[in-house]
Amino acid sequence: MALILEFAGQAVQTVLVVAIAPLILGITRKVKARVLRRIGPPVLQTYFDIWKLMHKEMVLAHNASWIYRVAPYLVFAVTWVAAALVPTYCTDLLFSWSADLIVIVALMGTARFALALAGMDVGTAFGGIGSSREMMIASLAEPAMLLIVFTLALVAGTTQLSAIAALFTNTPVGLRVSLGLALLALICVAIAENARIPIDNPATHLELTMVHEAMVLEYSGRHLAMIEAAAAVKLVLYFSLIACLFVPFGMATEERSLSALAVGLLAYLAKMTVLAALLPIGEASVAKMRVFRYPIFLGSAFAAAALAVFLLFVSRGF
Amino acid sequence: MPALAGLWCVVGFFATGVVAIVSGRRPAGTPLVYGATLILCLGALVLGLLHLLSGAAATSARLPLGLPWIGAHFRLDALAAFFLVVVNLGGALASLCALGYGRHEPAPLRVLPYYPVFVGAMNLVILADDAFVFLASWEFMSLASWAIVVAHHREPANVRAGYIYLVMASFGTLSLLLAFGALAGPAGEYSFAAMRAAPPAPTLAVIASVLALIGAGSKAGIVPLHVWLPLAHPAAPSHVSALLSGVMTKIGVYGLMRVLFDLVGVPTPWIGLVVLAIGGITAAVGVLYALMQHDLKRLLAYHTVENIGIIFIGLGLALAFRADGIGWAAALALTAALFHVFNHSVFKSLLFFGAGAVLTATNESDMERLGGLIHRMPHTAFAFLIGCMAISALPPLNGFVSEWLTFQAILVSPQLPQWGLKLVVPAAGALLALSAALAAACFVKAFGVTFLGRARTGAARSAREVDGWQRSAMFILAAICVLAGVLPGFVIDTLAPVTSALVGEAMPPQAFLPWLSIVPITASRSSYNGLLILAFLAGSATVTAMIIHRFATRATRRSDAWDCGFPLAAPSTQYTGSSFAMPIRRVFGGSVFYVRESLDMPKPGEMRAGHFHVRVFDPAWRALYGPLARAVLHTAGTLNRLQFLTIRRYLTLVFGGLILLLVVVAAWR
Repeated sequence: MALILEFAGQAVQTVLVVAIAPLILGITRKVKARVLRRIGPPVLQTYFDIWKLMHKEMVLAHNASWIYRVAPYLVFAVTWVAAALVPTYCTDLLFSWSADLIVIVALMGTARFALALAGMDVGTAFGGIGSSREMMIASLAEPAMLLIVFTLALVAGTTQLSAIAALFTNTPVGLRVSLGLALLALICVAIAENARIPIDNPATHLELTMVHEAMVLEYSGRHLAMIEAAAAVKLVLYFSLIACLFVPFGMATEERSLSALAVGLLAYLAKMTVLAALLPIGEASVAKMRVFRYPIFLGSAFAAAALAVFLLFVSRGF
Repeated sequence: MPALAGLWCVVGFFATGVVAIVSGRRPAGTPLVYGATLILCLGALVLGLLHLLSGAAATSARLPLGLPWIGAHFRLDALAAFFLVVVNLGGALASLCALGYGRHEPAPLRVLPYYPVFVGAMNLVILADDAFVFLASWEFMSLASWAIVVAHHREPANVRAGYIYLVMASFGTLSLLLAFGALAGPAGEYSFAAMRAAPPAPTLAVIASVLALIGAGSKAGIVPLHVWLPLAHPAAPSHVSALLSGVMTKIGVYGLMRVLFDLVGVPTPWIGLVVLAIGGITAAVGVLYALMQHDLKRLLAYHTVENIGIIFIGLGLALAFRADGIGWAAALALTAALFHVFNHSVFKSLLFFGAGAVLTATNESDMERLGGLIHRMPHTAFAFLIGCMAISALPPLNGFVSEWLTFQAILVSPQLPQWGLKLVVPAAGALLALSAALAAACFVKAFGVTFLGRARTGAARSAREVDGWQRSAMFILAAICVLAGVLPGFVIDTLAPVTSALVGEAMPPQAFLPWLSIVPITASRSSYNGLLILAFLAGSATVTAMIIHRFATRATRRSDAWDCGFPLAAPSTQYTGSSFAMPIRRVFGGSVFYVRESLDMPKPGEMRAGHFHVRVFDPAWRALYGPLARAVLHTAGTLNRLQFLTIRRYLTLVFGGLILLLVVVAAWR
């Protein structure tokens, strides 16, 4: 019985991250539109878009190989698994130990690898440009991300997300310089990885500025639906990561009563909504960068994370 | 006596080499030699594996060979057994691949005799238990591999590669010779048993360690001693490239481990710091250079440099932890390094076999002239893709596990008392993270440009899938990549005897933990479960595909590529390898590379084509080897005048020299 309940706890989280992903993306779009003095699409529009794409005829290029056809499913599956392993409303779920933070970062690498290959598969210039730039951004963002992992692991003494979240919820860690720097770096990395302004523009229609959109330019129909859904889940993944690492409050840790779980769930949804509202406000206040200024942006994320790690090596008190 | 059984295998390898001289010209010679090598490798592989799995004590043997008052000592311990497994697994599969690949060899007599000798010499280096046998077989290995590197000697580039390899190999052996000299001490005890019994004084230990680092490191390919490697490895036939890159560099690692962990006693932690720093720099520089290459085999060879760097990071950490008496962390770091040794030998061999298959099918290894091969060679493409994913450290494959273990070892480094180490370790961790991300970019480029897109030349368009031997070798290696990735606990347990022999402790047993996870330190600290991750991925992908096929329309139309409305028919409009690497070249260009870009644009109205040239130079050549070579040439040119003196001057010189010597002797007294 206990095992079934544990399974159910994990299953709720697994379904939850996928179920709310289009909604969260919808909220960001709506808020973005409001900030720009537009009315904007309905909050549920992303669900309708995905449903619509699933019922459109799919156009495949003549020389598309199996990689092109498998990649959307693989990207979605990998993103989904990674998102389902980040603690959302409750720590120590059944499978929380099967992947630590490093594994989750690496899983995102697997998804990126598959998508970059798919971008090169048809053999068009835009696919190549997207893949090449995506890998360049990743090669700058991933070291920063791993230094963030180092920072957290040095503060918490573990790389298990569940253990970090439980520790930060239950023991007063206090305001720390290192954690502040890590949060700053994580926000930069999350912006870059999710292809948001100022690194990339998810709504762009100007080919030369596209990165993520250029990679998936050839996709249509149900494949495109999978890729859009994967992008939404990825956004939720990074929001969950920020919520679980830096504002884990409200999460059910030791107590597993129904009320504690309900509080955890409500707190999680509230955190997601707040983050989904903050992102477009930040986006609307900056302009997109030129491609060769990305290293400065991501380099400062790297520098902030590296500073956090070095501070912690100097003294555990920072 | 397992050590003697290993020697019989070596005798078998050498005998096969002799047979090859006789039968190499006949058509049956090629399968005979490679088949015999395959069987012998399997024998030695089983020998090493049994020794590791049974956890047997080290056995030694002494043969009355070589110098009469010393004899030749051989020993099979856990470290040797592990490297026997690595060498012979690579050797066996290279032989299997060569059963098909070797048939395309234009001059079999230039490869066949040296091939088994090369494999045998590598085995002999591992079994050696005194400095004479070690150095003699080390040199034998270098020369046999040099002979294969210059097998296709009609290409000037190969001859140059062979020359540079020969110079670097001699330099490395000289360094090792001096290292063993320092270890032998005034009594001149050259057997490893005697060195182990009487570790040298601290100063001598440091000198010996640094010399061994230079000597063995030049074979392994640490920066800046790596320059021969990207020239020599691609010059050989591909199955030998796999051996050179995947296996022989590991012999360099073995030599270093034998000296640093076994023979010099416990050196200061600063040796660990040096190894760690070299490892970090080697990893980052190696992968950045690999990214700039457009020759597939050369890219793979440069990428070996990166992996050696990752191994050295693990080794450096293990040395530092061991010197500071933190045995469990040393065991973790050492396990990570050894796991990566195994992994790299597997996926680098796989990738070189893939490059060999491409070369067989298209006669081309320049990526810019390939493309679209996934349609023509689906099996090769699939196996190569597994190799690319494994080497890019993507879960759930094996490359990720060893990098994950290395990261875990880095994360326990605050336990180290030395400040220098505390600051260098996170820097090495950042370099490791950078190289992991760049490796993914590098292999997206390698796979994407070679196998995806549209064929760029007729050769790529008319490629044919390779024969069953090559494909089976690739598929066996791909299966090992997956298995070692999802069941890493068994590999870690197999490595336990090695770590307990070298650092006194081993990682906690992993194989039968619940759900087959791996838990390097404690469960609350970190754990990883490759099997579950694979199951989750398979499960979620299946569920997704089922939902899509249930609810979405199946209407599919084949059409031209859209490409924003302007699809161009010419395959040359695709992204090339150089254009793929361009953003990274720009980002790191100022600091790491020496890049020359030149643009030759026709003036308005001119009807000629524009040209864009990029040349990337390895700064090691500019900063180190160029000045060195110039200094040597300059000195030689100056001394050259001594050849053309008159007899009076020679007599004066000799007389002056004599006086000088007498004065020195008198002053000495």
